Amino acid sequence: MIDTDVLVVGAGPVGLFCVHQLGIIGLKCEVVDNLDKIGGQCIELYPDKPIYDIPAIPECTGEELTNNLIEQIKPFKTNFHLNDRVEEISKKNKNWLIKTIKGKEFKSSSIIIAGGVGSFEPRKFSVKECEKFEGKEILYSVKDKTIFKDKTVSIFGGGDSALDWAIELSKDSKVKLIHRRDEFRGAKSSVNKVKQLEKEGKVQILTQYQLSSVEGKNKIENISIKHEDGKIKKIETNYVLGFFGLIMQLGPILNWGLNLDKKHIPVNTETFETNQKGIFAIGDICTYQGKVKLILSGFHEGALAARGCFKYAKPDEKLRFEFSTTSKSIHERLGVKK
Amino acid sequence: MAKITYIEHSGKSHTIEVQNGLTVMEGAIQNNVPGIDADCGGSMACATCHVYVKEEWFNKLPKKEDGEEDMLDMAYEPNKFSRLSCQLTVSDKLEGMIVNLPEKQA
Repeated sequence: MIDTDVLVVGAGPVGLFCVHQLGIIGLKCEVVDNLDKIGGQCIELYPDKPIYDIPAIPECTGEELTNNLIEQIKPFKTNFHLNDRVEEISKKNKNWLIKTIKGKEFKSSSIIIAGGVGSFEPRKFSVKECEKFEGKEILYSVKDKTIFKDKTVSIFGGGDSALDWAIELSKDSKVKLIHRRDEFRGAKSSVNKVKQLEKEGKVQILTQYQLSSVEGKNKIENISIKHEDGKIKKIETNYVLGFFGLIMQLGPILNWGLNLDKKHIPVNTETFETNQKGIFAIGDICTYQGKVKLILSGFHEGALAARGCFKYAKPDEKLRFEFSTTSKSIHERLGVKK
Repeated sequence: MAKITYIEHSGKSHTIEVQNGLTVMEGAIQNNVPGIDADCGGSMACATCHVYVKEEWFNKLPKKEDGEEDMLDMAYEPNKFSRLSCQLTVSDKLEGMIVNLPEKQA
């Protein structure tokens, strides 16, 4: 059991800056995120795209913003629990007990949800029967590529994941690459490589097709794909891989007893606390009158939520407002040497 | 101002007067039309405001930018009349436009 003042759910920019604000006022925190890296949407959706509306930073990419935020919170030596997800929470006396999917347990007086619009999960095929084979012959990520050796693999998608795996698996498997349109959005070099492999007969490319049905009793035997013009083609395959990017799902947060407004959590704008005492929500996931989904708004929300946590973490102390330019205690926390 | 009709997958239809300058997505969200999620808030980063534009209207719309087609690869059951409604700006020219909503957004 890890004992801390605040558990922060989500390691996107808003969660990261909130860690800073918690550190500044002397609260400990731990961060959980289900991605395998820090940065949230900035890293997952637009690492290379420039952002132009961070105050005092005329232009930076999602990756640069993330790296700067990580640098800024270094003094606090925060633990990040990546590739993990908070599954269950319960209240015991004045604390929240938190369990993750990987079985980690935390005890904290507050939880700050900075979860974007939920956790990233792979987008799946729309065909219903796919569920039956999911995790067996229908996969949305590759953990062990040796299972495909000498098998037929049908790969769906037009981005880098689909292209990269088509190239990689063509070495030892029969690969069909199926995409809904003629253009592939992946890297030019990969597109060229796949087209070269097609000429060599190592990859079959089928465009303007989407999956329409899956057949097989215990194992997949055939799949049918439907052309734009409506024609259906049946193909034999052992495995089906789908690479349609990631979608954000609220997931277990739905079961935490929080009020919800569509996919958002209503909060008060004084401390960004939810209807549950000691649970705060900041960033894209929270909503209130006038909410604007900007990173800078999330920074503000994090600063206030951090202060909102103080009374739960240190009920007998009073939080004094201090400036980082002059406060000795802040300098100590930041490790500023004079 | 233009009247936009949103038809849910179930067939239920909502006709809404949407102000010029708003997007078709915003018109739906602000009027609680179910079936458009718009998780990313209109930044073309999520494909959860996907709509099928009625054919006669589809051809009148400004062409897709590259990023939109890429994002549509990830939409739920896209077809050749698919658009991201966050990229469709309402003007008088869209008066009477009809969009069908997919069964779900993800």
